[in-house]
Amino acid sequence: MDAILATDANPHDEILLVSRAREGDRSAFASLVDRYMRRAYFAALGLVGSPDDAMDLSQEAFARAFRARRSLDPERPFYAWLYTILRRLCFNFIRDTHSRRRKLEGASPWMVAQARARAAESQPERSARAAEIRERVGTAIEELPDREREMLVLKEFEGLKYREIAELVGVPIGTVMSRLYSARRRLARSLEDLA
Amino acid sequence: MSPERSGTPADGRERARHLMMAALDGEISRQEQEELEGLLSGDADLSEEWERLRRIKEATGMIGLAKPPEEVWGRYWESVYNKVERGIAWILGSVGAILLLSWGAWKGVMALAADPDIPSVVKFGLLSLVIGAVVLFVSVAREKLFTRARDPYREVER
Repeated sequence: MDAILATDANPHDEILLVSRAREGDRSAFASLVDRYMRRAYFAALGLVGSPDDAMDLSQEAFARAFRARRSLDPERPFYAWLYTILRRLCFNFIRDTHSRRRKLEGASPWMVAQARARAAESQPERSARAAEIRERVGTAIEELPDREREMLVLKEFEGLKYREIAELVGVPIGTVMSRLYSARRRLARSLEDLA
Repeated sequence: MSPERSGTPADGRERARHLMMAALDGEISRQEQEELEGLLSGDADLSEEWERLRRIKEATGMIGLAKPPEEVWGRYWESVYNKVERGIAWILGSVGAILLLSWGAWKGVMALAADPDIPSVVKFGLLSLVIGAVVLFVSVAREKLFTRARDPYREVER
């Protein structure tokens, strides 16, 4: 996932961009969008589980951030501020549309095998089994409560440290670990024959 | 994962859970690793749970999020900008529609009120309807703009 999330972010550069964006400089805001669009998209994808909705929600989060740019604090990381908008949009989306229920009917197109697993899947019999496991894990993740799913996504797919997750979501590290534990425990129950 | 950092309660079970998470996620110190091993060796249920969690970690580690086609990133900012523009258009359009509808409604109400052929009961009914609609509009607008924005529990899942 690291390649997806690479931003080359320079904090001093970002402070300057945020200050300019705050004054209404569109090119500065466009640079911030360019820097964080992938990360925002994948965070939304992990939460809502649908590529089209994730694209729309992540773009909407940037649009709302632009409208609310005057409340931006140049000293705070831009992505942390954007993420508070994005997660609220995603949670509201899930609550309002019950989209997850619809998606349970089909496969999990938002999940793919990691490189390590792809290598193991080169043999046909292993490939079918791996695809089945992937689909079942994807479905089990979709069934997790929103807050637990968020922790799992930030940890497993974004590869963030506990401290980073705690800062991003605004909860103590102990809560991050407890939610992760609950999420994994639920997964273990859903996938009893695998675990 | 030091106890200070985690804010772990003294409860042993909770401590064991946090240690298992830290071990799975590679955020455990050598001392904590030894502590976990000690807990696991003395508790068969905990060892069993640890094995289940380890296999789940392995399974989730095998999957990742699907990447969209690379072209979408080239159009991304354009889509964001369109949303910003449309947002402004919606606001302006809504303000215009509210003003025009209010003006039309006011004119209509005044014309009806001035008409001597309309019975008083209809005029009274109309007045009640207008006042009710205005109160409802102001109440909803206030709820949307002020009350919800300041609600400390708005993030709480219902």
